[in-house]
Amino acid sequence: MNPTKGLPAWGAAVIVVLTLALAWWLIPHGSKDTQVADQFPNDEFPSTYKPLPSKPTLIRGATILTATEKEIAHGDVLMQDGKIKQVGENIAAPAGAVVVDGKGKFVTPGIIDIHSHLGVYPSPSNEATSDGNEAVSPVTAYVRSENSVWPQDPGFTRALAGGVTSMEILPGSANLIGGRSVVLKNVPSVTTQGMKFPGAPYDLKMACGENPKRVYGEKGGPQTWMGDVAGYRAAFAKAQAYRATWRKYWKTKAGDPPDRDLGLETLALVLDKKIPVQMHCYRGDQMATMIDVAKEFGFRIAAFHHAVEAYKVADLLKQNDICAVMWADWWGFKMEAYDGIEENIAMVDHAGACAMIHSDDPIGIQRLNQEVAIAMAAGRRMGYPITRAHAVAWMTRNPAKALGILDKIGTLEDGKMADVVVWDGDPFSVYSHAEKVFIDGALLFDRDNPKLSPRSDFELGQENNGHTGGAGQ
Amino acid sequence: MKKLLLFANVLALSIAAASAQPVATATLIKHGHIYSVGAAGTLADGDVLIENGKVAQVGANLTAPTGAKVIDAHGKPVTPGLMVSATQLGIDEIDLVAETNDSGPGLDYSKFDADGYTAGPKAYEKAASAAFDVSDAINPNSTLIPVARIAGVTRSLTTPSTGGGVFRGQAAIINLGTGKNLLDKSKAGMVVDISTGNGDSRPMLWAQLRETLDDAREYWADRAGYHRPGGARDQRTNRIDLDALEPVIHGREPLIVNVNSAADIRALLQYCQTNKLKLIVLGGQEAWEVAGDLAAAHVPVIIDSEQNLPNSFSGLGGTLKNAARLDAAGVTVVFQPQGGTAHYARTITQIAGNAVANGMKWDHALAAITKNPAQVWGIDATYGTLDPGKDADVVIWDGDPLQVTSAPTAVFIKGAQMPMTSRQTELRDRYRDLSKKNPPFGYR
Repeated sequence: MNPTKGLPAWGAAVIVVLTLALAWWLIPHGSKDTQVADQFPNDEFPSTYKPLPSKPTLIRGATILTATEKEIAHGDVLMQDGKIKQVGENIAAPAGAVVVDGKGKFVTPGIIDIHSHLGVYPSPSNEATSDGNEAVSPVTAYVRSENSVWPQDPGFTRALAGGVTSMEILPGSANLIGGRSVVLKNVPSVTTQGMKFPGAPYDLKMACGENPKRVYGEKGGPQTWMGDVAGYRAAFAKAQAYRATWRKYWKTKAGDPPDRDLGLETLALVLDKKIPVQMHCYRGDQMATMIDVAKEFGFRIAAFHHAVEAYKVADLLKQNDICAVMWADWWGFKMEAYDGIEENIAMVDHAGACAMIHSDDPIGIQRLNQEVAIAMAAGRRMGYPITRAHAVAWMTRNPAKALGILDKIGTLEDGKMADVVVWDGDPFSVYSHAEKVFIDGALLFDRDNPKLSPRSDFELGQENNGHTGGAGQ
Repeated sequence: MKKLLLFANVLALSIAAASAQPVATATLIKHGHIYSVGAAGTLADGDVLIENGKVAQVGANLTAPTGAKVIDAHGKPVTPGLMVSATQLGIDEIDLVAETNDSGPGLDYSKFDADGYTAGPKAYEKAASAAFDVSDAINPNSTLIPVARIAGVTRSLTTPSTGGGVFRGQAAIINLGTGKNLLDKSKAGMVVDISTGNGDSRPMLWAQLRETLDDAREYWADRAGYHRPGGARDQRTNRIDLDALEPVIHGREPLIVNVNSAADIRALLQYCQTNKLKLIVLGGQEAWEVAGDLAAAHVPVIIDSEQNLPNSFSGLGGTLKNAARLDAAGVTVVFQPQGGTAHYARTITQIAGNAVANGMKWDHALAAITKNPAQVWGIDATYGTLDPGKDADVVIWDGDPLQVTSAPTAVFIKGAQMPMTSRQTELRDRYRDLSKKNPPFGYR
């Protein structure tokens, strides 16, 4: 039936205009969310982080790896007011500046570990401190790692001594959707909010493969990888409906507001691309499947973590602008990790995709520079001419990119936060140490000054610990 | 056609060469920076002659016997093959695939509960046993072996895993060659776990340790009387375990005890001294604190130099200086790869390098992955240094062997030159060029 039949021409025109108007109103617009006042809340537990006091500091005459593909042989870095003021050669020291002799030393941006469970699986490890997996149901989008972090984890101090200045703390991988991650500055703080990286977006932790199957296989599922995939899709389908309900309410303000569901609220923010996904995924074929799921629902996967098979799908990762987060040489601890190779990072990088190191481990986080060195050397042995200036990005610039905070940290560029490490030698040597670690221009670790080797509350008064050098030294 | 014939000839020749391997009975490595870790010391420009599987000579300007293969090391480091200690190399292919994991008594999957983000289950193992012997399960086809081998590892003390039960079973020494029988020595040590992470209290663990060893002593005092009334048959410890403990109670086979706290180490030192047991400390996070006692008792310590976290209340004194402090006190230090993990056997050089970075002497760190394990595990007559007469386990490196960017360029085990390939190098080569779609991956 033709609804315009028998109407005068002007009537048909009116209907066409009305229909178009209706259609305009009905079609969701990408930019509309930012225009309406009503939003899902996304800044609970706000950061109270304040940079520690700092003096203007000039590091003079060091080898500088800027993480922008540059190596300056005799370079200077000036930090002032917590920011990187200048990077170059022969920089004049401002009045009252602390001058660090950089002769024989190396300078890099602070290391960023995009995958850590410090604070949620802290030391000492026991049932009382295991707060990383809310393993009660396969989808727990409603939890947040920031609500589990124990800021007194001595592991933070060890990571600091290894040059790590920022970390993303994720929930574990027992669940398909494990909850929100949080980015922290590696500073001593009584509260987690006091470590929280100001302005860093939340991420959603999701997990592929064996872990959710193992945990829930006999507890109602998912029992299979296809069950995993169905689980993600079902969760996001629910979130779509939830978002539509709220949008309708915001539009009409008719009646009572819908019930609030914390998990679906997080997933709605993921659908809105305000929370990207950090996805634990070992196998290449599983990454490809997840890329399709993300396309179906319109969410963004920032990176695949523990991506031991990323080298098999590096082209696909590049094409979809998804980073791969990898170890240098971990493999074989479970079936999905069997195909891990030392050349993984170098091969993904060589294919033009975004590659980076991560630890997932409180020991590994202390020497990510060595892990990058292993990956770099493996790449060189297969013929890739990888420079130090390039490889340093695997532990600085690329994790900053995947976390959406490259405008703030990750390279030594004017105006960025002065998160800086002075190494007592080539950072890619097993014999080198992070000698001085600055966060927002403040000196937080100094190998030569025991007072600047932090101990957490937990370590105080522990006889044996008292005879160590602090920070695990 | 001619070309085709030529090709066929070349093919035939190469097949013949491959099947006749090893061809050279002698190999001369020339112009190496030789770290013999033995009598020859370090030679800045030295040669190593390998004959009949053994180190024949180490020195300068050696003459190659007729027919010997000559390799110019171009001044690069040459070391003994490395040894990893206390991993499950050869008995564990994939930790979480039960069929491939022979490192412990097995898991009771009906009770399995994967809490935690790490890969491995720790609890709910079936009962362990002193009779458990890893030499029953060495898999010469394990893909972990070539991965470790091309990183310079030529020997392994393969131990049962720790965690759950006091007596975990007997360790063995294997070589990482291409042969089908890799076992060099079985019953190389009895692994005992008295760490408290598995729900048992210290007095309970000690009671079990004492009872079992007392049972064994009584049994061996009157083995023939086993079946008589009041004989060992009435003991709690079963016969196969009692049999396995014979070399332990007589001090011939060491107890390898997983223990971290200084207090527990002190107690063990005393117990083993009183009962004339040979003790080797495994783990030893706080061993530095009792370094003097360990040195006086000649008790070696197997450590992973990176374990500096207070990850349990038994390891609050963990420090990166553990290795250096033990070594300085005169304790024989033996290194374990990262986390004691077989898959990461190749990290043994990184572990040694990090010990050096934290104060250990470089040559002592190299000894802790060659000469020291050879002595501690009792195979120093045939392995551990480049001294004439020992098995020719030799590695040529492209740089400082303890440096993370270095790798071997050639590896010899018992004189045979090893192929520098592994399942991982094959995977790498298969996916080296993703733009190449023909032939498809399965045919490369």
